[in-house]
Amino acid sequence: MSHDQSQEKLIRMANQIATFFLSQPEAGRASGVASHINKFWEPRMRRHLFDSLDKGVDGVMPLVMEASAMINRPSAPAEVDRRNDAPKSI
Amino acid sequence: MSLVHEIDYGTPASQSDTPITLTIDGRSITVPEGTSIMRASMEAGIQIPKLCATDMVDAFGSCRLCLVEVEGRNGTPSSCTTPVAANMVVHTQTGRLKDIRRGVMELYISDHPLDCLTCAANGDCELQDMAGAVGLRDVRYGYDGDNHVRARNDGAINAQWIPKDESNPYFTYDPSKCIVCSRCVRACEEVQGTFALTIEGRGFESRVSPGAHEHFLDSECVSCGACVQACPTATLTEKSVIAIGQPEHSAVTTCAYCGVGCSFKAEMRGEELVRMVPWKDGQANRGHSCVKGRFAYGYATHKDRILNPMIRENISDPWREVSWEEAYSHVATEFRRIQYQYGRESIGGITSSRCTNEETFLVQKLIRAGFGNNNVDTCARVCHSPTGYGLGQAFGTSAGTQNFDSVEQTDVVIVIGANPTDGHPVFGSRLKKRLRQGAKLIVIDPRRIDLVRTPHVEAAYHLPLKPGTNVAVMTALAHVIVTEGLFDEKFIRERCDWSEFQDWAAFVSEEAHGPEATESFTGVPADLLRGAARLFATGGNGAIYYGLGVTEHSQGSTTVMAIANLAMATGNIGRPGVGVNPLRGQNNVQGSCDMGSFPHELPGYRHISDDATRETFEKLWGVSLNNEPGLRIPNMLDAAVEGTFKGIYIQGEDILQSDPDTKHVSAGLAAMECVVVHDLFLNETANYAHVFLPGSTFLEKDGTFTNAERRINRVRKVMSPKNGYADWEVTQKLAQAMGLNWNYAHPSQIMDEIAASTPSFALVSYDHLDKVGSVQWPCNEAHPEGSPIMHVGGFVRGKGKFIRTEYVATDERTGPRFPLLLTTGRILSQYNVGAQTRRTENVAWHAEDRLEIHPHDAEQRGIKDGDWIKLASRSGDTTLRSLITDRVSPGVVYTTFHHPDTQANVITTDFSDWATNCPEYKVTAVQVSPSNGPSEWQDDYNDLSRRSRRIAGKMEAAE
Repeated sequence: MSHDQSQEKLIRMANQIATFFLSQPEAGRASGVASHINKFWEPRMRRHLFDSLDKGVDGVMPLVMEASAMINRPSAPAEVDRRNDAPKSI
Repeated sequence: MSLVHEIDYGTPASQSDTPITLTIDGRSITVPEGTSIMRASMEAGIQIPKLCATDMVDAFGSCRLCLVEVEGRNGTPSSCTTPVAANMVVHTQTGRLKDIRRGVMELYISDHPLDCLTCAANGDCELQDMAGAVGLRDVRYGYDGDNHVRARNDGAINAQWIPKDESNPYFTYDPSKCIVCSRCVRACEEVQGTFALTIEGRGFESRVSPGAHEHFLDSECVSCGACVQACPTATLTEKSVIAIGQPEHSAVTTCAYCGVGCSFKAEMRGEELVRMVPWKDGQANRGHSCVKGRFAYGYATHKDRILNPMIRENISDPWREVSWEEAYSHVATEFRRIQYQYGRESIGGITSSRCTNEETFLVQKLIRAGFGNNNVDTCARVCHSPTGYGLGQAFGTSAGTQNFDSVEQTDVVIVIGANPTDGHPVFGSRLKKRLRQGAKLIVIDPRRIDLVRTPHVEAAYHLPLKPGTNVAVMTALAHVIVTEGLFDEKFIRERCDWSEFQDWAAFVSEEAHGPEATESFTGVPADLLRGAARLFATGGNGAIYYGLGVTEHSQGSTTVMAIANLAMATGNIGRPGVGVNPLRGQNNVQGSCDMGSFPHELPGYRHISDDATRETFEKLWGVSLNNEPGLRIPNMLDAAVEGTFKGIYIQGEDILQSDPDTKHVSAGLAAMECVVVHDLFLNETANYAHVFLPGSTFLEKDGTFTNAERRINRVRKVMSPKNGYADWEVTQKLAQAMGLNWNYAHPSQIMDEIAASTPSFALVSYDHLDKVGSVQWPCNEAHPEGSPIMHVGGFVRGKGKFIRTEYVATDERTGPRFPLLLTTGRILSQYNVGAQTRRTENVAWHAEDRLEIHPHDAEQRGIKDGDWIKLASRSGDTTLRSLITDRVSPGVVYTTFHHPDTQANVITTDFSDWATNCPEYKVTAVQVSPSNGPSEWQDDYNDLSRRSRRIAGKMEAAE
């Protein structure tokens, strides 16, 4: 899967989540989307999502945009995290 | 060690609360009203001779051995059919009774072969026991004359003699040994509910007959073995007993097939398994089993099992056998190298829903504590993850609400997206038993599953919806219940959030959600749907049972919520006979979820972001845990293709065959640098593996499985692991190689760690399980006896939550190129990807996957029954043979996915449930056309499989 395809898939997934919450009572819609993504999306998925949102790609539902303010933005992947923190003893 | 003996009380227990006291042979005994004299005697310790009675089936009164005398009554009534009465005085042994019994036995034996010494039932024959019990010393009639015993009488052909039927791969039927007690016929009717057996003829000609005088294999027999278990002689005998002899010791253990989790006695001779016999005290199965659990264990000793660890640099190389130490050190080095090179998050693992709780717990612990990330997932991702999410939202906990016994008190059953008689056969039998007693059935399924109409069972309603429209149908049911005022207001006001209910009620009441509005796209006639809704709301205790036909959709989680809504709206939660019952697929998929196999939660369904929970485990494990959710299986594969996920440890899971969109899965696996497969066989995923660690079977280790009713059952080791190590030992060694200081000496210590860290398991221990047999979680201070029924008196989350369920059509739509909808399922004799069952004699029933297609669709395409056809979707194409049937509606085709060469998942797409990424297996737009043979993908794939199973220095392994 190319980078684009994977971005496209994440947008599709975010839109699916937004579609569900769009049918819910208005007060909890954006927070529902955000909390769902915070709870279940691994940081690199959220990072890719923000890459797309920041670029302003097409096809993102407005509710996703609205929710994005509440989605935890992962820190930039500048450095590979090489920590090998297996404990030596318990 | 000795055999686990079970008392046969002769007739089933009475459910009455009224005590009756009587005297039997001078002993006073008090039993519930409705108990037979036979059972009461047995409870008093007096065994009345019997042949046709056994406590798995109702009394029949045909053998005339169990006669007794009752003071003040005439004659000698049979004790099995005579209920106790207050102050009754019974004599079980008098001169008159002795004479009658001996006379009866004389007649039986006069037409029975006297080959006891060489008979397979020698040592386990009730006829022999009874001859001894009544003191039979002589058969005055001799053995000449009319008989069923000899093929020839004085050289002339004996028309009464019938040769042995050996057609069933697992048991034989020898009519010459039959005493026509009808126990097999009744077991087939009452216990299994298939009605495959009958007694043909009358008088001396009476014989047991499968179907209409057919062989067992050709008849409707489903080979559950209840008849074999019921047979008091060698008439129906396991072929394994004929081959090996009688067992000498046994242990109670738990089946490793489906989520029903049947308890069995593994009957052994030394380390050889003689047979599996369902355990009557097993509370999931109550002494019953299916063909898989009872008979299909041959894979455990199959020649394909890999017994030595293996490594290869590239997946194009042949495998090289190595020592365990080399394998562990290779994996540890590779995983650390990958983490150094690509980052801590670049590896992960998959826990197995076929392994024990203890093993699953260790794998997730290895990943969280050893890998230092949360990239752990399990096969529940592709089956019941929407159940976890949906029920968690509605009720506050994700598990099924009932025990299996609950079905005995159900009045109306909805079965949606499940096919219990094939997928969960023992539950299917228990359900059919209740339906025969008069409970009503509503089936919601695109396909006419067996339950819709089967002997003595007929669904009141079958709603044959179009695949993908579950939410619309469930919401329409709610529409009818709300708009017609059939909801249970008292229950809702007491137990649920009333304002949320009002919001939901207004939502479902909209005309757009009514059955008339949805009929056009669901295909379910509005009047049928209204009838079903009224029946469910007003018919008494209502229970909903569902399977993967609910979850494996883009809106899987929404449908689960709709099911929860329906149960709450009708007040069907929190007592026996009702509830929401997900039928779990694999033996321990409930357990693997409980044990923290999901990337976002620690054991006991506690989110990884919860500081207090993390702290519990950080203290226990001496590490700091990552507070971010990890990757789910499909996300791991996406990340692999993208280049950020490079290594995986897969225990007991064949994702290449079981997961959707095979080409994407294989691309993901191929992009990884270290794929470690820990399994019994070189499965399909192993085609892409660099390291293979041999696994062990459920017969070779101690542990626990948790079934679909949250029941924690013991798994007991009855033989040494052929590969040398139980799976938990392998994971432990791997952890040690990665620098973790683990020192578990026995799985019970792992369970102790689970209990210490997970509140819902607080009181679970092996000692406790040995004492009580099994227990349903939560089992803690608040529920010391465990919890057969959940949400009694109130929901776990406080107030039950009604959630709006808007139907959203899946993006997977039919069109000119792909005009048909493919849905998938399973079949009784095969299990999941078939790795186990294909390596047993079960292939006699299902040697290949077939595509079910409606005659109309077949005719349009010029397809005849049995033709090779090409099945194509936008993801890929494959070929298989057709099966023309009107069980599927026009426009819908169906297949199973038990055989790797079918490659059904080449067809399925990467669409998934919005909440959980559970793949949308159940809806794929396809086209079907005639074909000459295997597709290019199948040819290439077979070639790859063959090449990737080469082991240096060994002949090519045959599949």
